[in-house]
Order: sequence, then structure tokens, then C-alpha cells
Amino acid sequence: MRSPHLLSVKDLSTSEILEVLDTARELSRITDGAIKKLPTLRGRTVVNLFFEDSTRTRLSFEAAAKRLSADVINFSAKGSSVSKGESLKDTAQTLEAMGAELMIIRHPSSGAAARLAESGWVNSHIINAGDGMHEHPTQALLDAYTIRSHFPEHDRDFTGLRIGIVGDILHSRVARSNASLLSALGAQVVLIAPPTLIPVGIESWPVAVSYDFDSEISTLDAIMILRVQGERMSDAFFPSEREYARDYGLGSQRVRSLKKSAIIMHPGPMNRGLEISAESADSAHSVIREQVANGVLVRMAVLYLLMGGAAIPKDGVLV
Amino acid sequence: MSVVLEQSEIERSLKRIAHEIIERNHGLDTVVLLGIPTRGVTLAQRIGSFLSAIDVRVPVGTLDITMYRDDLRLRPPRPLVATQIPSEGLEGKDLVLVDDVLFSGRTIRAALDAIGELGRPKSVQLAVLIDRGHRQLPIRADYVGKNIPTNSRESVKVQLLEIDGIDQVEVGI
Repeated sequence: MRSPHLLSVKDLSTSEILEVLDTARELSRITDGAIKKLPTLRGRTVVNLFFEDSTRTRLSFEAAAKRLSADVINFSAKGSSVSKGESLKDTAQTLEAMGAELMIIRHPSSGAAARLAESGWVNSHIINAGDGMHEHPTQALLDAYTIRSHFPEHDRDFTGLRIGIVGDILHSRVARSNASLLSALGAQVVLIAPPTLIPVGIESWPVAVSYDFDSEISTLDAIMILRVQGERMSDAFFPSEREYARDYGLGSQRVRSLKKSAIIMHPGPMNRGLEISAESADSAHSVIREQVANGVLVRMAVLYLLMGGAAIPKDGVLV
Repeated sequence: MSVVLEQSEIERSLKRIAHEIIERNHGLDTVVLLGIPTRGVTLAQRIGSFLSAIDVRVPVGTLDITMYRDDLRLRPPRPLVATQIPSEGLEGKDLVLVDDVLFSGRTIRAALDAIGELGRPKSVQLAVLIDRGHRQLPIRADYVGKNIPTNSRESVKVQLLEIDGIDQVEVGI
């Protein structure tokens, strides 16, 4: 990777995406066997800077950093001096003064990670672990890794794969990152959602749009169900949960229409019974738990590629 | 650059190393070869085929030591290459590490760290095609194709048929 930061999947070239996926695959081969922990980042400090709730992303980054022997400091806004009014800048500078070299930031405001990387406040590597409704690049990378592991004939090129992203596209950074990344790899991405949950300006995305789940379901090779993000919804985007589940939820009826080889994905956490039924989440098509395992590998790869090499010089440009 | 080893000499060196491995270990019952990428892997495979021509087939694997290097921060990140440990494992084996050039000894130190994670071989031996001197660590090779005295500014370029289309070793600046 050329950039010292990972802020958006749009900053990655196709060969850099494949570099991350290949590195993750080699790490999986190494750590599959006897070796559980690598000494690569021994003595380096990584900070999880979380201004928004998270279970799997934070734990996944923490597990990834620890398997590379890095020291991990966890920061969450709840219970910190943020409630006393401390700014992002002061918080980040405080953590850097404690020895942080890489910051993994999750923030409810779009662009927070880019602000931290480009403002010159800190000299650390920055990884965007979700910024508002903007991007979540490591999620898209782990989803691509998961898809690739199920379609070995598409190892370096997703051309010919049709991937559906279903549900709350409007509020989803996962959908944004995945739409860019999967189409960069050549996949055909189709967004399936009620019109109220499709963002304005969708024409500029490299995707197709459909409002009819049932007409698409049998054409898909991978299907990514998004969480209905109640916490970001200030208006009524659909009449009732029951109606949403009927039109856009993945129930067992729809699972039966899937191609035999198709996989079901969900970035988690799931609202079982709303966007996905319990039987679908546990069906033979489901790779949701693999996604979690792959998340650790992909994040190890990103940590290694960002901080495994030469340190960032003061001007922020790697030579 | 000047050529210091040609195809016939490389072949003869590797054959001699194969014989020395048999002699040193009183046979091949517990011998495992592990090549260090990239060219060490090819050399390990060649030594392996000489061994099976002389006596029996021995397990040949590869060991990527990138994640164990102590000089990672001096260069941009390197791509990882495959690690393939033979299914027999390393426990109780006479492990022969194979690399193309022995220089500072840091690669071998990293390999020893990696092996420590993988099991406890009975012994670890080192075979290299070229020993060019300038060690920075107390490490020596058990089997050496050729000792080539060099100046530390010179580089040693090993080329092998399978990877580079030609078998030769050059030294120069």
C-alpha cells in the first residue's frame, strides 16, 4: 500500500486491494497451523479510538494487533474526557503522546478519519473503522476476501459475479465501501432496497438498483444483508417492521430461491427477524461467522502493510 | 559483474551438499529440507531430488521468514510468500535450512525464531550455495557450495534456471 493511511477504499488501486487479500491469505496459512502469534509488530502501539459503539470491529482490530504482538490501547468516548468537552484533536494528541503509532478510528461523523489523517494534528497511521455514513474500508476488504474464498475461479477478478446488497443502503457505510470495492474488482453490484432507503445521487455509483428483491434473488452469487440502522433513522423510512421484513427481509422462502452456490453475508450485528430470519442466518448458505474470522486476518494484513515497513517520515510521505 | 559459478559448478556443489547431508546424518530417515524463499526453495527442491536419486525421497518444504525479520522497519513492507511445512512436521527431525547466500546471518536468525514456533527439531543445520562472509551474528553454515570472499559493498546475484532462466552466480558492484 502506498498511502500511510487507510481512509477509503477509493484510495486503493486494484493491485493494492489484491495485495491486502493475498497477504491475508498467507497470514491465514501461517496462523492456521502451530503459529498463533507473530512477533512482527512487537513493541509498537496501536490505539482503538472509538467514538461510537462497536463489538466486532473493535475486538477484531484488537485481536489482529495482538496476533502481531503489538500493544493495544482501547479508547472509547463513553466514560472518557470527551464528555467533558475534549476535542478529537486533543484526544488524538494525548494518545500519541502516550506512544501511539497507529490509530484505528470510528466516529459518527463522515470524514472524521480523513480529518485526523490530513490535519497534521498527529503523525500516526490512521485506519478508518467507520465514519458516519461514509465508509468502512476493512469491512469491504473482509467481504471481498470472504467472497473470493468461495469462488476460487474468481481469485483475481470478480467479473461475472453478481452481488446483491440488500436493505438500508442510505445509512450504510458498509454498502458504500462494498459497492466501490467489489465493482473495482469487476463484480456486478446490485443494490436492493425500498426507494426511501436509496441515497440521493445513486446514479453516480457503479451499481444497478432494484426495488424488487424477489426478481433478483435467483440471479445472485452473493447476497449481503445490511442491518436496519434504527439509531440513524430520524424519519419513518418504511411503514412497519413487518412490511419491511416481508418485502426486503431474507426469510426461508427467499433462501430456497437462491442459487446452490450462493452465499449469504451480513456485516453484523444482526436484527434477527427483521432484515434476516434466524433460519436464513444459520442456513448452509450463510458465511456470517466466516466473515468474522476473515475480519481478523484482513485487519492483520492491513496493520502489517501499513506499519510493518519503514516508519512514516515527518512530512507524511513514504519514499 | 563477473561470473563466479556456472551451471556445472552449481550442480556439482548441490550434489556434494546432498552427499554431505547423508553422511552427517547417517542416512535420511529423519531429514527434512526447508527452503527460504525465493531461491532457497528452488535449491532445496534440487537437493531433494539429488537425495532421492542417491537414496530416498525426503520431505521438502518452504519457510517464509518475513514476519520474523528484525529489519522490517528499514524498508517498505514486503509481500508475504507461502510457508509450507511438510505434513510430517518438524518434531524430532534433522532439519536442513536451505538458502542461496549467507551474508549477515539475520535471515537465518529470523528462520530460527520461526522454527521455534513450529516445533522442536532434533537438530537444525544450514546449507547455502554461497557464503560471502561479513556475518553480523554468531551463525555459520554446515554445508557450503562455495565460499566467495566479497567486499561488503559488492552484491552477489544468484540466478537459477527455474526462476531466472539461467544457472549462474555473479559478483560485482
